[in-house]
Amino acid sequence: MTNSDINRYKDKAFQIFGIFCTLIGLVVLAVFLIDIAIDGISRIDWDFLTSLPSRRASSAGIYTAWAGTLWILVLTAVIAFPLGVGAAVYLEEYSRKTKLANFLEINIANLAGVPSIIYGLLGLEIFVRQMRLGGSLLAGALTLSLLILPIIIVTTRESIKAVPRSVRDGSYALGASKWQTIWNQVLPASFGGILTGIILALSRAVGEAAPLIVIGALAYVPFAPTTPLDEFTVLPIQIFNWTSRPQEAFLTNAAGAIIVLLCITFLLNGIAVYLRLRQQKKVKW
Amino acid sequence: MSKKVYKLEAKNLNAYYGNFHALKGIDIAMEEKAVTAFIGPSGCGKSTFLRTFNRMNDFIEGFRTEGDILLDGRDIYDKKIRVDELRKEVGMVFQKPNPFPKSIFENVVYGLRLQGIKNKAVLQETAEKSLQRAALWSEVKDNLNKSALALSGGQQQRLCIARALAISPSVLLMDEPASALDPISTAKIEELIHELKNDYTIVIVTHNMQQAGRVSDYTAFFYMGELVEHSKTKALFTSPSDTRTQNYITGRFG
Amino acid sequence: MFHLNSTFSTLRKSEKIIEGLLWLSATITILVTVGIIWVLLSESVSFFSEVSIVEFLTEKEWTPLFADKKFGILPLVAGTFLTTFIAIAVALPIGLTIAIYLNEYAHGTFRAIIKPLLEVLATIPTVVYGFFALTVVTPFLQQFIPGLAGFNALSAGIVMGIMIIPMISSLSEDAISAVPRSLREAAYGMGSTRLQTAFGVMVPAASSGILVSIILAISRAVGETMIVAIAAGQQPRLTLNPLVPIETITTYIVQVSLGDVPHGSLEYRTIFAAGLTLFIFTFALNNISFWIKKKYQEKYD
Repeated sequence: MTNSDINRYKDKAFQIFGIFCTLIGLVVLAVFLIDIAIDGISRIDWDFLTSLPSRRASSAGIYTAWAGTLWILVLTAVIAFPLGVGAAVYLEEYSRKTKLANFLEINIANLAGVPSIIYGLLGLEIFVRQMRLGGSLLAGALTLSLLILPIIIVTTRESIKAVPRSVRDGSYALGASKWQTIWNQVLPASFGGILTGIILALSRAVGEAAPLIVIGALAYVPFAPTTPLDEFTVLPIQIFNWTSRPQEAFLTNAAGAIIVLLCITFLLNGIAVYLRLRQQKKVKW
Repeated sequence: MSKKVYKLEAKNLNAYYGNFHALKGIDIAMEEKAVTAFIGPSGCGKSTFLRTFNRMNDFIEGFRTEGDILLDGRDIYDKKIRVDELRKEVGMVFQKPNPFPKSIFENVVYGLRLQGIKNKAVLQETAEKSLQRAALWSEVKDNLNKSALALSGGQQQRLCIARALAISPSVLLMDEPASALDPISTAKIEELIHELKNDYTIVIVTHNMQQAGRVSDYTAFFYMGELVEHSKTKALFTSPSDTRTQNYITGRFG
Repeated sequence: MFHLNSTFSTLRKSEKIIEGLLWLSATITILVTVGIIWVLLSESVSFFSEVSIVEFLTEKEWTPLFADKKFGILPLVAGTFLTTFIAIAVALPIGLTIAIYLNEYAHGTFRAIIKPLLEVLATIPTVVYGFFALTVVTPFLQQFIPGLAGFNALSAGIVMGIMIIPMISSLSEDAISAVPRSLREAAYGMGSTRLQTAFGVMVPAASSGILVSIILAISRAVGETMIVAIAAGQQPRLTLNPLVPIETITTYIVQVSLGDVPHGSLEYRTIFAAGLTLFIFTFALNNISFWIKKKYQEKYD
C-alpha cells in the first residue's frame, strides 16, 4: 500500500466519523423526544391541562404552570420589546463612534454571557426586595426582560443595518427628520428581522427556570395568576419540581409537561424560522 | 440699484472630507428656471457640490464647508436654517432609483405625510398631479397600491421624481438620474427634464456629455475640486475657453 | 421666496425627547451591569465581614446549611469544574468534527438540512435536558458502570455536552469558513486530501476562532444550572470522581432559593458570594474570548 493510499483511507475514515458525529447529536435528540413522547403523551388530556396542582400525581395538572408561562411570555415581550429595540436604534442610528458607544457595545456583549442564574440574583435584590414586588409575575418578567435584552439588541441592530443607505437618503431628501426616517422607513423595513429576533429571545425566556426559582417563583401555586402582581409558577419550574420527586408517577407528569413546554418552544422557533424565510424571499433592494 | 438675486449661488466655497480638500474656492451663480449640468471626471467634486445644496453631506462624518451657499440669496448653512425645511424646498433625485418599500401611492405622498397632511382628497390630488408631471400617471394609475419595487427601473426613477415634486420644491437636484437606466428610459427622463424646467430650477450631475448637451441651458465643468468653466452649454461645448475643458469634452481624459 | 426658519419647535422638541428615551434604553444596559456587580458585591461584602476570605478560598468543606457551618467554596468549584470538563470533553471533539465535516466534506443540501436541525439542540429548555439526564442517561449508564450513583456528574456533564455541541460546531464552522479561499486552494493544489487540508491548513488557520468557541462553551457550561441541579446532585464534595453526587455553584444557589432561608441571614448571603464567584469566572472567560476575537479580526483585515 502506498503512502497516498493510506492517506486516502484516512480521509474516508474521517468522513465516516464526521457523518457519525453529525448524526449522533440528532440521534440522541430523536431518542430523547421519542422517550418523552412515550412517557408523557398518555398523560396529556383535558384534565391535565386544566387541573390545579395536587399532592397526588394522578390528579395534578399544569393549569397554573402554563397560565404562568403565558403571562410571563406576554409581560416579558411588552417590557423587553421597547427597551431592546430602543437601545438598538440608539446604538445604530444615533450614537457616534465615541468611547461611550464602544463601551456600550462591549458591555452588551458581556451581558449576553452572564449566566441566567446571576440575573436571578439581580432580580431578587432589585425587583423582589428593593422594589417590593415579591415573587410576582412582574418581578419575573422584569428579570427575564433584562436577561433577553442583549439578544434583542444584537438581532435588532443587524436588521437595522441591513436597511440600505439609499432608502434613508430618499427619506431625508424629502425633508424627513431623523426620527421620521427611522419610524417611517428604517423600522418598517427591518421589522421582520426584529420580530424574528424577539421571538427567538422569548423562546429562550420561556424555557428558563433558574432565574425564576431564585427570585422566588413557587413550585406550588394553588391558583392561576390574574394580575401581574400575583405569585406564579411556570412550566419549567413545574417540570423541575416533578422531576425531583421520587415517585414514578410524578416523572410521568413531568414528561407530559415537557411535551407542552416543547410545543411552545418549537412553535415560537417555527414562527421565527418562517418569518426569516419570508424575509429572505422579499424583494431585494 | 439692488444686486441681482440668483436662485442658487456659491461664494468662495471650500469643502473638506477630513483632510481631503474636495471643493476648492467655487464661485457660481445659477439662474432661476434653467437647467445647469455639472460635468467632469469621476472624483472631480461635482456630486459633492450638488449635495451641498440640500446639505445631504451633513451625514458624512468629518465633512465641513467654508464659504457660502445661497438659495434665493440666503445662506443655507446658517445656524438658523432648518435642514428639513431646506430639503422641502430643494428636492433631490438619486443616481440609483430608491423607491421606498411601500406602495406607489405611499411613495408619492410620503413627503406630505411627513408634514402631517392627512386629508385624503389632498393626498389623492397631489399624487395624481405629481405622477402626471413625472409622466408616470398613465402607466400606474390603475395600480397605485402596488409595491413600488415591482416597477421597472425607469418607472422607479420617474416615481422618485414624482415623489420629489409632490412637496413642490423650487429646485430639483439630479445626481446622474439616468446612469442606471436603459436608453429608452433615459430618453423619457431627459424629455421630462425639458418639461420641468418651465417650473423648476434644475441642477443635474452627469457623466454623459451628450446628455448635458441635450438637456441643459448652462454647463459647469469641474476638475480636481475646482470649477474650471461655467457658461451657456452651447458655448462651453463649441468654444471652451480652458484647455482642460477642451481636453475633457474631446475625450482626452475622464 | 421661501421661509427656511419657519418654527416647527414642537417637532424639534419631540425629536429631542425621543432621542432622550432611546438613549435611556441604551444606558439601561449599563445599569444592568452596574446592578449585577453592585448586588453581588454588596451582599458579598457583608458575607465576608463574617467569614474570612481565606476560609472561603481554602476550607475544603461547604456546609452553610448545617449546624456545623463551614464556608469553603472549593467543593462547589470542583463540582462546577468537573461537570464543565465532562461537557467540553463530549462537545469539543464532536462539535469540531461536525464543523470540519460540514465545511470540507458535506454537500450544500446536506449542510442546509443539518444545520437548522443541530440548532434545535440549542433551543430545548435546559430543564428538559435535566430530565433526560436523570431518567434516561443515568439508568442507561448504570448498566455499564456498576458504581454509578443516581445523581452524578457524568450524566449531567454528558447531556450538557450534547446541548453545547451546536455552539461549538457553528462558531467553529464560522471560523473555518472565514479562512481565505486561497489558503484552502493552495493546500488542494499541492495534492492534499481533504483531511490533510482540514487539519494541516484550515484548523490551524482558524485556531483562534475555534478557541473562542471553546471558551464561550466553557463559560456557558460553568453557568448552566438546571441540568446539574436535576441530575448531578446536591452534595458539595471536593472530588473529581464523576460517578458520585456532587454540587455545582449554580445548583447551590437553586438549593438555597428553594428552601426557607431567611433573608438577611448569613446563609442567604452565601448565594451572593457563590454568585460572585461564578460571575468572576464567566466574566473572565468572556473577556478572554473578546480579546482573542479582536486580535483574530485584525489578522484577517
